[in-house]
Amino acid sequence: MNSAIEIMMILLVLSDMALLGLSRLRTCISIVSFQGMLLGVLALTMQLSAITPRLILIAAASFIIKGFIFPFLLRRGIREAGAQYEIEPFVGYIMSVIAGLAMLGISFWLGAKLPLFAANTLLIPAALTTLFTGLFLIIARKNALNQCLGYIIMENGIYTFGIVSVAEIPLLVELGILLDVFVAVFVMGIAIYHINREFDHLDSDRLNILKG
Amino acid sequence: MSFLITSLAIIVAGGLLSLIFYKSHRFSTAFGAGAAVLGCIIGIVPAVQIIYYGNTETLKLAWDIPLGSFFLQLDPLAAFFLMPIFVLSALVAIYGKEYLRAYREKKLLGISWFFFNLLVASMAMVCLAANTILFLVSWEIMALSSFFLVAFEYEKEDVRKASWTYMIASYLGTACLLPMFLILGTGSNFLDFDNFLKNISPRTADICFILALIGFGTKAGIIPFHVWLPVAHPVAPSPVSALMSGVMIKTGIYGLVRTLTFLGMPPLWWGVLLLVIGIVSGVLGVLFALAQHDLKRLLAYHSIENIGIIAMGIGVGLIGWSTGMPVVAALGFAGGLLHVVNHALFKGLLFLGAGSVFHSVHTLEIDHLGGLIKKMPATGFTFLIGAVAISGLPPLNGFVSEFIIYIAAFSGAIKMDIYPAMFLVSAIAGLALIGGLAAACFTKAFGIVFLGEPRTQEAQKARESSRWMTAPMMGLAAACILIGFLGPLLLPFMSPVTGTILSNPHSAEIKKAADYLLYVTAGSVVFLVLVAVIAGLRSRLLSGRTVGKALTWDCGYAAPTARMQYTASSFAQPVIELFQFFLRTKKHLTIPDTYFPSAANFESHTPDIGREHLYKPVFTGINKFFLRMKIVQEGRMHIYVLYIVITLLVLLFWYMR
Repeated sequence: MNSAIEIMMILLVLSDMALLGLSRLRTCISIVSFQGMLLGVLALTMQLSAITPRLILIAAASFIIKGFIFPFLLRRGIREAGAQYEIEPFVGYIMSVIAGLAMLGISFWLGAKLPLFAANTLLIPAALTTLFTGLFLIIARKNALNQCLGYIIMENGIYTFGIVSVAEIPLLVELGILLDVFVAVFVMGIAIYHINREFDHLDSDRLNILKG
Repeated sequence: MSFLITSLAIIVAGGLLSLIFYKSHRFSTAFGAGAAVLGCIIGIVPAVQIIYYGNTETLKLAWDIPLGSFFLQLDPLAAFFLMPIFVLSALVAIYGKEYLRAYREKKLLGISWFFFNLLVASMAMVCLAANTILFLVSWEIMALSSFFLVAFEYEKEDVRKASWTYMIASYLGTACLLPMFLILGTGSNFLDFDNFLKNISPRTADICFILALIGFGTKAGIIPFHVWLPVAHPVAPSPVSALMSGVMIKTGIYGLVRTLTFLGMPPLWWGVLLLVIGIVSGVLGVLFALAQHDLKRLLAYHSIENIGIIAMGIGVGLIGWSTGMPVVAALGFAGGLLHVVNHALFKGLLFLGAGSVFHSVHTLEIDHLGGLIKKMPATGFTFLIGAVAISGLPPLNGFVSEFIIYIAAFSGAIKMDIYPAMFLVSAIAGLALIGGLAAACFTKAFGIVFLGEPRTQEAQKARESSRWMTAPMMGLAAACILIGFLGPLLLPFMSPVTGTILSNPHSAEIKKAADYLLYVTAGSVVFLVLVAVIAGLRSRLLSGRTVGKALTWDCGYAAPTARMQYTASSFAQPVIELFQFFLRTKKHLTIPDTYFPSAANFESHTPDIGREHLYKPVFTGINKFFLRMKIVQEGRMHIYVLYIVITLLVLLFWYMR
């Protein structure tokens, strides 16, 4: 069982690196969808011995919402906006992957220092890496869709973090975070549509003409 | 205590009812004003009782607020401040009923009455509260309700600006009070006043004193925290200015004095600082008053002056306390606190008088008025009494309190070391200068507004206000005269009040001052009798002769016009020139240039020195700084997220360190 968790963690980190290094939005969405499903399975694997209805609920919600609903919404966004690639990001793809490796290092260091109990030594570093990857994408990409993806990835990180101590984190908090991101994606979906219609592009860096 | 609770409940209930019936100005006025009058009358009873017997009543109820408890304490000090609050509020409510009627078409009076009653109740609560949370909540309700009253005519730009100035000043003051109370309450579960630290270190006491001086001084309007007064008072409706200037700013004095009771034995420099601030506020206040052309702004500056006199009294009292001279301490506090009541009476009266003038002439520009005493005898006569009282002339009430401060300063100056004595002597000189300048200022205000000939068409058409408005003014004038003559009898009742502060009534010292006062009162009675005899003689001599009436100040011209009279600025010019260094009056001249000049023009205005030279540069600087900070507002969402990430990471690393 432990090795299964380890494999999943490695897959999670690898998918983070892939997200940092890819420019094709459709592929990115697929990877995020894969991450969501992975986490849904992870939640169950972690507590195989004591599966409660609550756990099943969390796992199912994650699996369905992140695996299917978000990707559907985002793909529709792409279709409406007609943007296939991230063009000229603030930080290039090679540099992003290098930054991702740096974040992985920091995450391991932090994971060793944080006073947390985890079933597996890889869990916390992987969670932190995912969280940082999400934040990095929000900062380093111009395309609003990519930023939206960043939020979902960040939430994946928080979720993994939560799984480490799923017994302690109340269900409501977990669902609350999920709901937050759900609303965020929803709102951003609408915003993306409107940004695209008003400005003929999705580059959120040019929104600064709106500042007071 | 049950009387007080009833009174406050009635006032607040009346306010709520007038808010509920806001659609009918008749109902809302009846509920608001009626409840205010009734509640105030009920509230005066326990206040007078406490002063008379010198005891203390308390009421403590549990309250769900953290650190809070519903703890009311009615001691002589609180009762002493409650008296002017209730008396003036009741009279102002009667006056306001008629004054606000002119706005019944344009405004929803129910809202104003709601805030009016809330203001009255919260002022009383500020004096009663013996718990920090309760005190601060009442303090904020007081600030907010008066803010809404000042912003009565919010559709005007300058009214909005003035009320914002008031609001900002008010909050800056409260910002100093919060840390002060927290320091005082360190270590106690409930921030009740009687749980406060008993033995605070001198350094902590110093910090608390400075914070209290700034926080409460802003409300009271001492220089240099006075900027909101001369802008807020002119734009507020007159009853509101009367209430705010008469009693609301005194809650600042109450807070300061109450804080002094927590801090224990004061060091000498507190008294010296307060005395110097008092002298500066007094002298500058009256000088700026002299330079004003707007009647209510003039009165607002006089409020600063009188707060200065009160601060001087308390400062003298503190000097006496710290040097161990009971006469100076007791008389200083007694004089300062008595001036609180006296100022409430005559400043309330003067603001109501100004309101009566505005009600009838619709302007407060002194230079547009004139000759009003012939058209509005009741207003003019009561205004005259208020003017004499505020100038500190015997035998009216303003003199009584100033005289006691004089006695305190004199008896300290002859016995103390040179260092404190020097300041007491300057207090005497300052008080004398203030008195003289105040007399000059009110000669100007009364002379230009009420004497001479009307300067405009509107002033020509002035009519006396109705009884609802003149009766409260007459009541206040009567109170001024009564306290003036009964001063020697009333003064001994000050000893429980000063006893609350000094923990020793010092009745003997106060009794002695009352005896001195008796001589002066006797002298003024003789003088008045003499005046009456001469007046009687004059009318006897004139009877049977024809008495002609001519224009005032026609100076032998065949065809004088009203424009040939003194203006407000020309009357005050000699004094203004003398103090040009402080006043910095700005003049705009169009000099007549040919032998047969066609047009000439002279204008002068005196901006506030604190506003122009202290606050304006500071706030412009702050504004510039924040404009420069605008580069932080990048406009890119990426950067904002980056800020958040950096902050979180720094916090995380700092924690992991």
